[in-house]
Amino acid sequence: MDMPPVETTEDTDQSQRLATFLDSDVVYSFRQSKVTVLAAIVMLAIVLGAVLAPWVAPHDPYDLKSLNLLDAHTPPAWASDGDVRFLLGTDDQGRDVFSTILYGSRLSLAVGMLSVALAAALGIALGLIAGYVGGSLDALIMRAADVQLTFPAILIALLIDGTARALFGQYRDESTTIWVLVLSIGLSFWVQYARTVRGLTFVERNKDYVLAARLIGIRPGLILMRHILPNVVGPVLVIITINLALAIILEATLSFLGVGLSPTEPSLGTMIRIGNNYLFSGERWIAIFPGITLAALVLSVNLIGDWLRDALNPKLR
Amino acid sequence: MSEPILSVRHLCVEIPGRHGTLVAVNDVSFDVARGEVLGVVGESGAGKSLTGSAIIGLLEPPGRIAGGEIRLAGKRIDHLPPEAMRRIRGKRIGMVFQDPLTSLNPLYRISEQLIETIAVHTNCRGAEARRRAIALLTEVGLPAAEARIDHYPHQFSGGMRQRVVVALALAADPELVIADEPTTALDVSVQAQIIALLKRLCRERGMAIMLITHDMGVIAEAANRMAVMYAGRIVEIGSARDVIGKPLHPYSVGLMGSIPKLDSDLDRLVQISGSMPRLTSIPPGCPFHPRCPRVFAPCSNKRPELTACGQSQVACWLYETSPSSAEAAQ
Amino acid sequence: MLAFVLRRAVQAVLVMIVVALIAFTLFRFVGDPINQMVGIETSAQEREALRQQLGLNDSVVVQFAHFIWGAAHFDFGASYQFKQPVVDLIAERFPATMELSLVSALLSLLLGIPMGVYTALHRTSWLSRFFLTVSLVGISLPTFLIGILLIFVFAVTLGWLPSFGRGDVVDLGFWTTGLLTKSGLRAIILPAVTLGLFQMALIMRLVRSEMIEVLRTDYIKFARARGLPDRIVYFGHALKNTLVPVMTIAGLQFGSIIAFAIITETVFQWPGMGLLFLKAVQNADIPIMSAYLLLVAAIYVAINLVVDLLYVVVDPRIRIDARAA
Repeated sequence: MDMPPVETTEDTDQSQRLATFLDSDVVYSFRQSKVTVLAAIVMLAIVLGAVLAPWVAPHDPYDLKSLNLLDAHTPPAWASDGDVRFLLGTDDQGRDVFSTILYGSRLSLAVGMLSVALAAALGIALGLIAGYVGGSLDALIMRAADVQLTFPAILIALLIDGTARALFGQYRDESTTIWVLVLSIGLSFWVQYARTVRGLTFVERNKDYVLAARLIGIRPGLILMRHILPNVVGPVLVIITINLALAIILEATLSFLGVGLSPTEPSLGTMIRIGNNYLFSGERWIAIFPGITLAALVLSVNLIGDWLRDALNPKLR
Repeated sequence: MSEPILSVRHLCVEIPGRHGTLVAVNDVSFDVARGEVLGVVGESGAGKSLTGSAIIGLLEPPGRIAGGEIRLAGKRIDHLPPEAMRRIRGKRIGMVFQDPLTSLNPLYRISEQLIETIAVHTNCRGAEARRRAIALLTEVGLPAAEARIDHYPHQFSGGMRQRVVVALALAADPELVIADEPTTALDVSVQAQIIALLKRLCRERGMAIMLITHDMGVIAEAANRMAVMYAGRIVEIGSARDVIGKPLHPYSVGLMGSIPKLDSDLDRLVQISGSMPRLTSIPPGCPFHPRCPRVFAPCSNKRPELTACGQSQVACWLYETSPSSAEAAQ
Repeated sequence: MLAFVLRRAVQAVLVMIVVALIAFTLFRFVGDPINQMVGIETSAQEREALRQQLGLNDSVVVQFAHFIWGAAHFDFGASYQFKQPVVDLIAERFPATMELSLVSALLSLLLGIPMGVYTALHRTSWLSRFFLTVSLVGISLPTFLIGILLIFVFAVTLGWLPSFGRGDVVDLGFWTTGLLTKSGLRAIILPAVTLGLFQMALIMRLVRSEMIEVLRTDYIKFARARGLPDRIVYFGHALKNTLVPVMTIAGLQFGSIIAFAIITETVFQWPGMGLLFLKAVQNADIPIMSAYLLLVAAIYVAINLVVDLLYVVVDPRIRIDARAA
């Protein structure tokens, strides 16, 4: 007689938890909303395309030597004088628009993530210090935050960029541009993290287990890292997800304005800037396709964020 | 005997949800005579508030009346079109809620809120309406009404605010007032004042009150008759004195037994084991049977209906005497 | 209440001082003013003389005082690029940005509030769903993308509206306005919609969610229990309680509009302060950057103060101290 396979308690726990999760209200409302599912697919496609760009893209648009000016201004492949090699046409330098979209998204995502990492690191650090130490240091940091909050992020990013230009001169190579950009965007966004973390630190700091640790004589740095920091991770993750979309938009805007990534290694924003010059002359594909990609990415991120907010908020049901 | 001002028969309130339909009020029937105070008592979740909301037509969707009849002075009101129902609200049925602070719009003066209510239901306007508003405030016992009528809600204390709320509910002279936990949010000392106020108004205006509460002391003080609700059903209904002094249903017995008395010398209060079932898992038969100390054979399969027992009515197999139900009990 | 107002005023002054410090630091220490002003042939002695003349060798505190003094008299020196006084350059372009910002703000309020109310009251109608979709697009898409899209549809494809410039303007002495000419009115439409779309979407969503919250309150339930008709319940009670927090947020957003004008002015080549600031950033023109910073900070701080005072006026709970019965 065959014995059925023995299920360990761990398996049952895991499958039970998975079943509970799949049956939860949140997942239910996700499956119910076709729009949200579509948005998730679109976002995933763009992100995957960006991440896998070096393997998926037919050309490398950043390799200046491979560009041929004779290829410039080719319309998309389905047009009468299009070229199958260039699926979505080429820009004014002969770059394949499709490849540039993939590589450009990659750059946009990279800059976005790096700046969010900077903002989060700075904000969390300052927030922990402000909340734990309190007193005048806390007041100082929070006043600085208040002042910065008066201004929109774009103004701050532009200011930092302009200052960098004045300090380091105009002729910089690609990597400096990227770091200046990351710095500008990152420094515009630290405040939200700092405020949230400070509030949470303040609450945790007064709890008994922290008091006990301090009594024993554990160094504050250790207390912060091992006890308070883990409690702060949850809300910070929420801020990070919203922040990432904002950072990507900010980078695209700065690039469009001409103070972001340069035309030699364009991101989506830069491409739209280039294409903007050719809108009237009929070479619309240079601006349109990157525009659609950016719009699709940002729209889907916001749709998912919208749905998430509604699903987790019992009051709006 | 004149006809009752309110007559509810077999009322059912359902709440459709993702996991199925919840029956929150299950076949409830009772009358409220003109000028009497009917207390409706029970734990949180027993369905008292929903019954009140259903009567005045303010059930929040997706909750809805799934069956039964509600008659106001003989005429059906449970499925009236919205505009007709709106005219009844305020003019013929008033309602008072639990928290007086959140019941009043903080951005409007008391005078504005009173006058607009008066203007909607009567032809009274302007100065005349203002006079009526001041008279109402005086009637509910608000001192210096003329001076304070232009104040904002946050400028009054809790007890005074509740008086204002009562005045607003009475503004159009309704025949019936549904009071949903009117004293729960107030200090104990103020509670007595509000109860005395309600009793006086009932007497002076010939107004009926349906007093919904979980506080037995309030019922004892104010109610002529009372109904005990459990898991969406009325399990006992009778005069307040009878139900409190000589409770029949085991649940009522448990309720009255759990109230500490000044004149007895008990070490421990009587406690009913377990808790009221959630709407999703109401037991078959009598909903109280899993907790009942006197449970026996028929309790778990057939639901008891209200039957007369003396002056009261009880829904319990212990008191069923009719032959058909006696057979079912075998 | 007086204490509240005083506290906010002190905060405002604090912010201005900090911003002034930053502007001053930028102005004096980032980049060398002397090198920007003279040619390569100027001798070291002449430079030194110039430094002395401009007060660049004085102590920092003195220089800061000079800077504040100059700022109070609207003197920020001359632009590196244009060799003109900064204050003239900014003043010339101020009306263009202000008109654009005000028209956008008005548009966003006039459309956003009714749309928000409608979508709160009729939550499932197809029109509501349409409005919500439009609002999602409005708050998602970056401003420049919206601008390009509008240009593409209305200027390039349909040719109805101009895609750049301000049209004909009327000079009123201290102010130039484009609102009095036909071409000016046509020219402001696309930029105002671009700039205002985000705000409109924001306000619409805010009004919607506030109103839904308000409609769930006990006082609305009690109003209905008193038999008040829908008209009074929705537009008398609910709307007033909804608009109070919305108005204050909308007011604060005006500052945001002025900042985002930088982008809109770039897309439409609108001759405003924003475009001037952007060119200053691109060319490291510190005087313009620093002056713009101070000006914008002053506007923001003023807006914040006005909004705070507005809240006090509108909400009786703050205005009138609660007294015991």
